[in-house]
Amino acid sequence: MSYLSKVRAIVWKDVRAELRTKDILSSMLVFAGLTVLIFQFAFDLRASVIQLVLPGVLWIAITFAGVLGLNRSFVLEQDRGSMEGLLMAPMDRSAIYFGKLIGNLLFIFAVELVLLPLMTVLYNMSLLSPSILLVVFLGTIGYAAVGTLFAALSINTRAREVMLPILLFPVMIPVFVAGVQATARLLDGESLAEIARWVQLLLAYDGIFIAAAMILFDYVVEE
Amino acid sequence: MTAHKRSGRETFWMVFTGITGVLILIGVYMSLIWAPTALNLPTVNEQLAQRVFYFHVSAGWVGYVAFGVTAVASVLYLIKRSRRFDNLAVSSAEIGVVFTAANLVSGSIWARPTWNTWWTWDDPRLTLAAIVLMVYIAYLMLRNAIDDPERKARLASIYGIVGFISVPLSFVSVRIWRTIHPAVIGTASASSQGGFDMSGNMVITLLFSIFTFSLLYFVLLHYRLCLEDQRVELEEYKMAVMADS
Repeated sequence: MSYLSKVRAIVWKDVRAELRTKDILSSMLVFAGLTVLIFQFAFDLRASVIQLVLPGVLWIAITFAGVLGLNRSFVLEQDRGSMEGLLMAPMDRSAIYFGKLIGNLLFIFAVELVLLPLMTVLYNMSLLSPSILLVVFLGTIGYAAVGTLFAALSINTRAREVMLPILLFPVMIPVFVAGVQATARLLDGESLAEIARWVQLLLAYDGIFIAAAMILFDYVVEE
Repeated sequence: MTAHKRSGRETFWMVFTGITGVLILIGVYMSLIWAPTALNLPTVNEQLAQRVFYFHVSAGWVGYVAFGVTAVASVLYLIKRSRRFDNLAVSSAEIGVVFTAANLVSGSIWARPTWNTWWTWDDPRLTLAAIVLMVYIAYLMLRNAIDDPERKARLASIYGIVGFISVPLSFVSVRIWRTIHPAVIGTASASSQGGFDMSGNMVITLLFSIFTFSLLYFVLLHYRLCLEDQRVELEEYKMAVMADS
């Protein structure tokens, strides 16, 4: 089997398992929806124009729902006892990382596919422009790249699920700042060229952390 | 107790600690009394508060150096797998957290009379210090959540490396974040924001303060490393006692 088909096998395994139970996707979707709902009440009457704070709400919903999915990706393997099997498979460990990363990305993208039209309808804003989709796409990759590494790391701690957001949020701040700023500026009518610096930052973040995680993942699953 | 004879190394560190203590006292004198007052600042309160600057910058400096040491020690741990490097990483991270916190608190004390607020999100350095502090608090929490020493060292090293890589990216993000935004705090002149001209004696005081804080870092690091060694030794004795009984 080539490297790519090994990665594809892991992705397909996760997707198939998920499609049988739909546990992760459904909880991520409901949680993202609830986040938007809660923020509606948090800002109502205080922020006179709710549209102004929406980019932040969008990214918080993505971030929070994303943590749920990221956590499950390795916790499930550990609970089923299938982590050992995965590690014993004759392949480079980084293939496991990329398989898990792509699986997590697919789940988060699926949530965004519902979240973006939903917020577009609820708040009458055009979140479905190609530029915004690009920013969301790049931001999600960086978030999931670090998130997948830390998810594998946090299953080895006593607190498990609780540990992941604590580890992840301080490190993903560049993604969050860039995502919120770029989305807000695009909504204000600026062009992609005008927010080029944010896009560059997201690209740099994605590249640096995918490379770092690829190297470091070996050390996480060493046992 | 009486049988214990001091080794040359211990004597060296006792003398080094003593010298550092004296130098810090001199640094306090220099910053509070000897250094000239920043006369261009409009009010007496601002002029007095400006003197926290020497400790403030020095604490920030030690914080970042300490986190850099943690990152290097983390890389070395993953390569060499020696507990010494892990001890160095955690010791340095703890000291870094304390000094970064001191940097933030002294910055707040300075900001109150000068910027008329304890905190502002408009200063990239302030925001960055808060982010970095959170990264290394998370690092220490991660360590607390793992029992097995080898696993703790390995996973903490990974986080120490990723966390350190994120710092420049965070810096870039908060820089762009605030440079395209209008500055809320007076854009008029530097002195209205608490800026001041550094005269010769001020520079000397600052450099001296950074120097003494760096010495303090080494002193604290030394004792923290000794503590860690003793902890390991204690664990070994405990294991031996348990094996005997």
